Amino acid sequence: MTNTIETQTRPSLSTQQLEVSIGPQHPSTHGVFRMNVVLDGETIVKLKPVMGYLHRNHEQLAENMSWLGSMPYTDRLDYFCSMTNNIAYALAVEKLMGIDVPERAQYIRVIMAELTRLVNHTALVGFLLNDLGAFFTPVLYAFREREKILDLFESVAGSRMMCNYMRFGGVKLDLPDGFVDCAKAIVDNYPPFLEEMERLLTKNEILMARCQNVGILLKDLAVNASVTGPVLRASGVNYDIRKIDKYGIYDRFDFKVPLGTVGDVYDRYYVRILEMRESLKILRQAFKELSAGPVISQKGLIAAKSPRNMKVPAGDAYGRIEAPKGELGFYIVSEGGTKPYRYHVRAPSFINLTILEDMCLGHKVADAIIILGSIDIVLGEVDR
Amino acid sequence: MGLASGSPTVDQGLKSELEKEGVVLTTLEQLYNWGRRSSIWPLQFGLACCAIEMIATACARYDIARFGAELFRPSPRQADLMIVAGTVTKKMTPQVVRLYNQMAEPKYVITMGACSIAGGPFKEGYNVLQGIDRFIPVDVHIPGCPPRPEALLDGLMKLQKKIDGQSIESAEWYQQGQKREFPIPAFGPKGLEPPYNPEVWKPREYEQKKQTEAEARKIHGTIHDPKQSAVSQ
Repeated sequence: MTNTIETQTRPSLSTQQLEVSIGPQHPSTHGVFRMNVVLDGETIVKLKPVMGYLHRNHEQLAENMSWLGSMPYTDRLDYFCSMTNNIAYALAVEKLMGIDVPERAQYIRVIMAELTRLVNHTALVGFLLNDLGAFFTPVLYAFREREKILDLFESVAGSRMMCNYMRFGGVKLDLPDGFVDCAKAIVDNYPPFLEEMERLLTKNEILMARCQNVGILLKDLAVNASVTGPVLRASGVNYDIRKIDKYGIYDRFDFKVPLGTVGDVYDRYYVRILEMRESLKILRQAFKELSAGPVISQKGLIAAKSPRNMKVPAGDAYGRIEAPKGELGFYIVSEGGTKPYRYHVRAPSFINLTILEDMCLGHKVADAIIILGSIDIVLGEVDR
Repeated sequence: MGLASGSPTVDQGLKSELEKEGVVLTTLEQLYNWGRRSSIWPLQFGLACCAIEMIATACARYDIARFGAELFRPSPRQADLMIVAGTVTKKMTPQVVRLYNQMAEPKYVITMGACSIAGGPFKEGYNVLQGIDRFIPVDVHIPGCPPRPEALLDGLMKLQKKIDGQSIESAEWYQQGQKREFPIPAFGPKGLEPPYNPEVWKPREYEQKKQTEAEARKIHGTIHDPKQSAVSQ
């Protein structure tokens, strides 16, 4: 008995902790993110994220321009999901101005938001696999599907990535002819793609060995750290703002909120796959119920025509939506002028990133990379 | 185009006759440039939004592999081309310049998107560098926010044209005393020090005027103080 304790406490070799700086130029940090890692052998003892390499002064710039002027800047926050960023910002300003959104515009917003979720989750699965060592092949599959949806975005907004499509009180333009048919075709062809992806990945032994029981995030910690989005739901917390807040017209749709059980990287991956299936459900319902009508309210149209003169009543408002990465919120304070007095973005991936260390401790370096990948960060949003 | 300027040129008629028989006549230089232009390895280095379009260019639909540039290298030592894809912030600038310095010759730079050309929509930001050409020489600028993948391919073709026009004799990286490493600016509380590299970039005239005016005002301000001027005398 005493012998074993001795061998356990006495190290056979004298070791030394090693400090490694991963990033900002690193193929798997999803941008210009840097982490300072202290290693004992290969095990992570300490991890400190270093941010600010893409700090583009988003909030300060928005405080110095007209209300609509910062709409294109919100595109560049989370550059995978420009549509949802637009919606969140529009929602905040609409709350403050008291503008209604017409029925058709609401449906268009839901369609765009769910298509964006498909784009984001598909790309994320590709990049996650990239981090796991399946270099670029899953990304090829993911981007093949992404391009189809980007074509839709281009047809409505004129730009592939930076859509700048939402306006206060509606959307910029009506859907072009044939949009719904094209979108329906994409939605119908999505399940086979998801099945193909799942056949390759979900029961894949390497994926399971690498992802299961890695980076476990417990329920309590996740709630205390105010983590949101698929990361939170993978830990088993039923929190989806589409269900809780029912912003827009989300109360009309019938969909489930997929939950994980363990809260590891595998659950985070699988929750996203299931979420995509739910998004497809919402899309099908939205296509069915989409009716003709105006796409922007009268008040919104006046505001959109002369954005520099647009004034917002004094007060503050917080608009939040369930963005693909979590709760995206815009907090704005107005003094009644043509510019916001204060403009703050609650970026989901920034807040989700704060628990990176807790998830990584005790794991190997290679696991830290996939844990980071499973959080799904976009540096445009983290550093803003 | 011969290797040396005095080398004999081949009759075009004879050349085409030989080509029919399966004999290709070329110069060493053409062969050399053909090899280089067809295997430009970019650095796998994304900064912001444009990086996603860069990845899209590498994917199946646009397929940058058709131009021989599909091999994105994570290490600057193995890369020929740096695609500066995204906003270069002041905090990131030292790293970008260091990466450029670490690349082996011959090396090229493409700036992709409005941000890396001149700050783009974020130009007014206090932490945004107004163009990476202030610190490193740039071969091709691709405007757009973000540029479409086709635009990146066009930029790559422009770069290939540039490579075609280079000759072994006068190539910069074979010359003696040619300096292709640039000082890395320091990032501090007052931004970048120095704010630009005068070897590579010079401020435009009106900017220079503004600067001299500001300096003149400063000097004027000190002269107004009689005590200080007395001390300096």
